[in-house]
Amino acid sequence: MSPLGEHLAVAEGEDLRADLSIIADWIKADSKVLDLGCGDGTLLAYLRDRLNVLGYGLEISPFNIEDCVEKNINVIQADLNNGLKDYFSDNSFDYVIMSQTLQATEQPDLLIEEMLRVGKEGIVTFPNMAHWRARLQLGLKGVMPVTKNLPNEWFNTPNVHLCTLNDFEVLCKRHDIEILQRTVVDHSHRKGNWLMNLLPNLLGEIAIYRFCRNT
Amino acid sequence: MPETIADDSVGIVETQIIHFSEALTLECGKTLAEYDIAYETYGELNADASNAVLICHALSGDQHAAGYLSMDDKKAGWWDSAIGPGKAIDTRHFFVVSINNLGGCKGSSGPNTINPETGRYWGPDFPIVTVKDWTLCQYHFMKAINIDHWCAVIGGSLGGMQVLQWTIDYPELIRNAVVIAAAPKLSAQNIAFNEVARQSIMSDPDFCDGHYLEKNTVPRRGLMLARMLGHITYLSDDAMRNKFGRELREGKLNFGFDVDFQVESYLRYQGRSFVDRFDANTYLLMTKTLDYFDPASEYGDDLARALSQTSAHFLVISFTSDWRFAPERSREIVKALLQAEKQLSYIEIEANQGHDAFLIPIPHYMNVFASHMKTIAGALS
Repeated sequence: MSPLGEHLAVAEGEDLRADLSIIADWIKADSKVLDLGCGDGTLLAYLRDRLNVLGYGLEISPFNIEDCVEKNINVIQADLNNGLKDYFSDNSFDYVIMSQTLQATEQPDLLIEEMLRVGKEGIVTFPNMAHWRARLQLGLKGVMPVTKNLPNEWFNTPNVHLCTLNDFEVLCKRHDIEILQRTVVDHSHRKGNWLMNLLPNLLGEIAIYRFCRNT
Repeated sequence: MPETIADDSVGIVETQIIHFSEALTLECGKTLAEYDIAYETYGELNADASNAVLICHALSGDQHAAGYLSMDDKKAGWWDSAIGPGKAIDTRHFFVVSINNLGGCKGSSGPNTINPETGRYWGPDFPIVTVKDWTLCQYHFMKAINIDHWCAVIGGSLGGMQVLQWTIDYPELIRNAVVIAAAPKLSAQNIAFNEVARQSIMSDPDFCDGHYLEKNTVPRRGLMLARMLGHITYLSDDAMRNKFGRELREGKLNFGFDVDFQVESYLRYQGRSFVDRFDANTYLLMTKTLDYFDPASEYGDDLARALSQTSAHFLVISFTSDWRFAPERSREIVKALLQAEKQLSYIEIEANQGHDAFLIPIPHYMNVFASHMKTIAGALS
C-alpha cells in the first residue's frame, strides 16, 4: 500500500528518502524488522544491505510485490486491514514499521495495538493534518486540504484516517503507549529546523514516531 | 502437431529411464528390490553442477513437463507455459529435471509395470508410497545423475507438497523452494473427495480387484467418474460459470438423462480422455499419497519445527479462487516459515480459474515467478 503513490519511489543510486533514513537511524543492526505496507521494498533492502537486518514486508499491491521480489526482499502479500494474526505470533519482531500507511488503514488504533503485540517497538510515519498549509486551506478557504503530501481530493483519497501529531499522541496515551522518539520533516522529507522542532504540530509536514508498550 | 516449434519452447524432448538395482525400503515397511525412474531434462547442466532444478508433478502429472515428444505430438508438456528459454524457469540458465514419481504410470515403476519377482503386472500389489518415499527416491536419483544439490525444487499442488518434504528431509540439499497451490496436509474435505474418487474406481466391475490389466480390461467408467469429480474441484464456481454458464449443447432441453448442458459434455470429455492416458491403480495410489501427507506429524505437529533445519529461500504462491488448496492453506505454510525465521515471499494471485490456475500463465503470477527465478539465476556462481 503506498497511498502517496510515486512520492514513495526512490530512484536507484539516490540516497534513501529522508524519513526512511531517519527510521533506518533508529534501528539497531542485526535486528528483526516487519515493514507494514513496505511498498517497493526500498527500506527493507537498505536495512538488509547496510544493517544486516532480517526483514519482512507486508504489501498488497501486485506491482510493488513484483519490485520486492526483484530486490529479493521477503514480502508477504496481505491486506493490513485483516490484521496480523494470520501470520505473526506475539513478540516476534524487534521493530514493526508502518511508513505513510497508518492513515490509509481501516482501523489504525487496532493496527497500532497489533504492531505492539507482534513487535517490541513500533515506528510510524504519517502526514500531519495540522500543518499550517492544511490549516489555511480548511480555516480560510473552507476546503479540505490538498497538499504535496496529500495530493488527493476528499472523494478519491485512500487516506481515510488522517490525524495530527496531537491526535496521535492522545491515542498513544489512551492505549498506554510510550513515545520513545519523535521527529518531523518537511514535504521534501528534509529534517526539521529548530523552529519546526519547536512547533512540530504547526510546521511539521510528516511525523515520525517510535513507541513501545508502557511498562 | 506443432507446425513449427516456438522460440521459447524446449523443442523435441525425450523421456529417459534410469534403472536402480539397489533396494528401496518404503515407509509402509515394504521393499522394492529394484525400480525404474522415468525423467526428462531441459537445458544444460553448468560446469559446477550448481544450476539443477527439480520439477515435482501433481496428482495426474508426469515427467513430460515441457516441449514435444515428437513433431506429431498434439500437446506440449503439462507445464510448458513456465519452462523454456525466456520463460519463468528459464532453460538458458537452469538445468531442469522432471521425474515421474514412483508409483506413476508413465515409465517409472508403478502398478502398470511388471513386478520383477512375479513376472506379472504389479497392479494393486504395488506398495502404497508416500511423499517421503518420493523424496528418498529422488535423492537416489540425483546421486545417480551426479547432482549434489538442487538450486531449486519447484512444484504445484501435490508437487508443492513434495517441495516441502524436500526442505524437511534434505534441508541442506536445496537452495530454493517454490511451493505453489499446496497445503501442509489435506483437510477432511480433501480426503472425502479422494475417497469418492477411489470408491468410484473400485466399484467399477471392470476393476477386478485391481487386476484389470491381466484381464485385458480397464475400469473406464470408474476412472472417468473419479476424474470428473476431481475436475470439479480443480475449477472454481466462477470459472465454470464463465466457461459454460447454463449453455445447452443442442440449444434445447432433451428431457432425458443424457447430456443437456455444456458443462456435462465437458466433464464427460475430460473423464474419457483421462482414461486413455492414466492408470486407475496409480490414481488410487496417488490419492492415498495425498491423504497420508502430513510432514509435521513427525515433529509433534509443529510445521515450523519440521521446517527449521533448512536454509532454503521460499516462494509460496496461492490463487484466490482455489478452493481445493485455498490461500488459507498456503498461509499455514507461510506462518510456519515465519516462525522458523526463513527467507520467504508469499504471493496470493488474483485468479478466477480455481486450483487449475497454477498451470495457467497469468501475467502477475508469471512475472513474480520469473523475477524470483532471475534472482536465483543471478546468484549462481
